Amino acid sequence: MASAPLFDNILELIRVTSTDLPPDVRKALLDGTAKERFGSRALLALDTIDTNIKMAADGSAPICQDTGMIKFFVHHPVGYDTLTFRKVAENAVAEATSKGYLRQNSVEALSGKNSGNNIGPGTPLFHFEAWEHPTVDVRCMLKGGGCENVGAQYSLPMEFPELGVKAGRDIAGCRTAVLHAVWKAQGQGCAPGFVGVCIGGDRASGLDAAKEQLLRVVGDTNSREDLSGFEQDIVDTANGLGIGPMGFGGETTLLGCKVTERNRLPASFFVSVSYACWAHRRRGVVLDGATDNIVRWLYTDAEEVLPGGHPS
Amino acid sequence: MATVRLTTPLTEEAVRALKAGDDVLISGTMYTGRDAVHKYLAGGGAVPDGVDLNGAVIYHCGPVVIERGEGDDRSFTVKAAGPTTSIREEPYQAGLIGKYGLRGVIGKGGMGAKTLEACREHGAVYLHAIGGAAQVYAECIERVDDVYLEEFGSPEAIWVLHVRDFPAIVTMDSHGSSLHADVAAASLSALKGAF
Repeated sequence: MASAPLFDNILELIRVTSTDLPPDVRKALLDGTAKERFGSRALLALDTIDTNIKMAADGSAPICQDTGMIKFFVHHPVGYDTLTFRKVAENAVAEATSKGYLRQNSVEALSGKNSGNNIGPGTPLFHFEAWEHPTVDVRCMLKGGGCENVGAQYSLPMEFPELGVKAGRDIAGCRTAVLHAVWKAQGQGCAPGFVGVCIGGDRASGLDAAKEQLLRVVGDTNSREDLSGFEQDIVDTANGLGIGPMGFGGETTLLGCKVTERNRLPASFFVSVSYACWAHRRRGVVLDGATDNIVRWLYTDAEEVLPGGHPS
Repeated sequence: MATVRLTTPLTEEAVRALKAGDDVLISGTMYTGRDAVHKYLAGGGAVPDGVDLNGAVIYHCGPVVIERGEGDDRSFTVKAAGPTTSIREEPYQAGLIGKYGLRGVIGKGGMGAKTLEACREHGAVYLHAIGGAAQVYAECIERVDDVYLEEFGSPEAIWVLHVRDFPAIVTMDSHGSSLHADVAAASLSALKGAF
């Protein structure tokens, strides 16, 4: 069967994503740990997280029981068979569920009926996009419900009575909106987390682009100087709020902020915020477009520069 | 800060002795229950025979469980079992504490004023586990004794877990103190200072 390596490779991608936190996320957590006071609850939380990360990787078991919304971001050569990819990936998801790498996490919206294998209308999610390379870039993201629930979308201008400020249609207004989202989340999105932000777009594309920003390596730098400064300011300011790991108080509230800008309608100005918990699970492989064999793994190094196709 | 060892079911006396900030280690039976179970019980659903909520600890958790065998030979292995976000149960939790005599609620992220008041009135505590640390807590589970309300699906069922030295932090006590309310207020002042 021509799809056999694809099935095995996607299954392995899912296993690694669920059980082995990427080096850039681990490094960000360790950097945060170094800032917490000895004997603090914040440090206790981060130490427990560190232990858990190691146990999950050693035992090949899920880092978090909420293995989240499964999404595949696929960049492929023109002519690549995405219909087969989708079917094979769904089979791999079902297999990963039966092996316990994934929780039974897909339920009918109204009845709550669990499909039992993570397959159903709208799950898992796929984003296919053709590119000019001969290889297939497959990224898998597992994003849990706790952090998904604290995501937000703001339509500017907007008043924030609890903060006593107005957010206008400018970079200062965007700053207010993003900081509000981080504050509102407190520990409920499993801080310390990451935010992906999209300024502009429409409601749907804005949240999609915000989530896609979470694919960026934690340590990368936005190619736009203004947005790079914005990202650093959000992280610094958020870490001054004292929310801390799990909302216990402390120095480490936000480990990363990644921002992109999209054109908007003159009438709309959305700021979309996608929050990722500390267990920020995304991994990737580059496949040979002809054989589906793995050429290399992505997210193997904290300083990695990832190939194009994912706008920053 | 001393670590307090607790064995379930909890007495009111043991719970009243706890203060926000205390570390605890829990041993004994613990029931998982999350969105579907809370809605069901709050809506008047019957507590399954074999589940005794009086003095009980309920764990906001939807574990990853692998099942083997069938009928009487069914056996379960918990592969991951960290806490889920508790605030979603805020509309229901206070009522269930009052009605059934729950003494402990384990979850993450904390709960609101209604639950805090129920903890004060009836003698219960909110115990915070570290969100996402699914392996650390799975290791504390010695065995799965039973499962109820499976029709809600595996993550939403009531799993009867026997745990040993399950670590948690009291973040809401039975005397009206909530670390979550404190951090929310302090961080709001800090945020106002950022503009």
